[in-house]
Amino acid sequence: MHASVRQAVSVNITPPATTGASRETAAPAEMRMTISKVNFWYGPKQTLFDINLGIATSKVTALIGPSGCGKSTLLRTLDRMHETVRNARLEGEILLDGKNILAQDVTQLRRRVGMVFQRPNPFPKSIFENVAYGLRINGSKLPMPEAVEKSLRHAALWDEVKDHLHKSAYELSGGQQQRLCIARALAVEPEVLLLDEPCSALDPISTAKIEELLVQLKDLCTIVTVTHNMQQAARISDFTAFLLNGQIIEFSPTPQLFTKPTDARTEAYITGRFG
Amino acid sequence: MTMNAQLRWRKFVSNFMLTMTGVCALISVSVLFFILGYLVYHGGAAINWDFFTKLPAPVGENGGGMANAIVGSAKLLLLAACFGVPIGFFGAIYLAEFSSSKIAFVVRYAADLLNGVPSIVIGIFAYSLAVQPFKHFSTYAGGFALGVMMIPITLRSTEEFLLGVPRSLREGAMALGASKWKTIGTVIVPAAYRGILTAILLAFARVAGETAPLLFTALGNRFWSEGWNEPTASLPVMIYNYALSPFEDWHRQAWAAGLVLLALILIINIVARAILSRGISVPRA
Repeated sequence: MHASVRQAVSVNITPPATTGASRETAAPAEMRMTISKVNFWYGPKQTLFDINLGIATSKVTALIGPSGCGKSTLLRTLDRMHETVRNARLEGEILLDGKNILAQDVTQLRRRVGMVFQRPNPFPKSIFENVAYGLRINGSKLPMPEAVEKSLRHAALWDEVKDHLHKSAYELSGGQQQRLCIARALAVEPEVLLLDEPCSALDPISTAKIEELLVQLKDLCTIVTVTHNMQQAARISDFTAFLLNGQIIEFSPTPQLFTKPTDARTEAYITGRFG
Repeated sequence: MTMNAQLRWRKFVSNFMLTMTGVCALISVSVLFFILGYLVYHGGAAINWDFFTKLPAPVGENGGGMANAIVGSAKLLLLAACFGVPIGFFGAIYLAEFSSSKIAFVVRYAADLLNGVPSIVIGIFAYSLAVQPFKHFSTYAGGFALGVMMIPITLRSTEEFLLGVPRSLREGAMALGASKWKTIGTVIVPAAYRGILTAILLAFARVAGETAPLLFTALGNRFWSEGWNEPTASLPVMIYNYALSPFEDWHRQAWAAGLVLLALILIINIVARAILSRGISVPRA
């Protein structure tokens, strides 16, 4: 079954921002990250097939697709979080600023590529200590209160928490906790921020706040977000990749993907015929 | 008619079971209070300032105290903790964070078996390892015996609490560039520390009352034990010896020692509870 799907998308997908140019030459210039020929296995089961994708600098790239299509797996390879799972195996090349991340020190890499998870996961510490955590473990010499305030402002949380920075992070609402996790990730000033369905556990108002925030954060870093919410992808992203059964079916600028999809399966998915 | 009979029967069964369970619950609680009351009744009179500050009186004389046994118990527990807690704690970190599931299974199983080994057998083990080679009883040997008993309790409960830390917290720390050891030291152990501390205190309380492992390791001593290399008195062994003696006054003192020991364990329990209710805990998902 996979084989037939694979056959159908034998076309290599060039990153949209570099249409026309070959990926190799264009990649370092405009692409923050370049994923080429990535195959991925959990034990004997292959979950990603020959993925090629460019992550454009200072843009929002969205990964969409039905459950189990491999979009979260793909996202987690970008900061090598897949290595925390036993029996996970990755083949291929992922470049960050032209250098292969698989050959780098993983802790260094994760300082440059931050991640926000599906469910808010603040540490059992105060609000302040949560944001300061990344700086502390990296031995940052920055004055802590200023750095924490800056990150909380970037995450649009400062005004809500400035008077009780030393309260437990668990006293915040779910949406606030998620913005705290974004602030925590931003504190170490990553070049890329990965978000794995960051709003799926949140109510609509919190979701709207985070969406707005992500669009603003583009100036600060490159954003890759996984979502199963197509409206969300359409609202906030510049580029969208549609995944199905571990393959990228279509990757184009967001308006194009949602208005003039070139693949029948993309059209079927975005019009709600499956998934 | 039959419906009515059936309904009455059901009501009867329901009431009967309710009463049964209530009575059982009551018995569980009252045993503790019964013991406590009995100890206070018999030993309360013997508890006075002398009991905490004086050495045991010479045989045949009334009065005296158990100062040496109280200090001896404290020394034994300190040694036991220094030996058993680190081994149990770091072993648990290995089990919870690094080992393969097969190794973890074997170690867990072994720890459970060790926990079930009768304390007198632990005593013989410590005797052959820490008494025989040196040809004398010592505080060290007693502390070693109690320490061995603390290992499985500390190991199992620490592991339990470490595994209870949600995976999402580990991922959160690692995603920020924390190494495995940093994640353990700055997020996982702090998230679990109250549970771990409680477990250690309970392990403490458990071995504080052990008599059998001390009988032929720390032995006992009617005088102050100088240093750590001599036999020492301890509260449980004092209770054992005094309760078997023919003297009325010693019986009273044995009761009093029991009361002190129980109070000590109760205090440890209360402290453990207090620790558990403070600070920031990870809410259950």
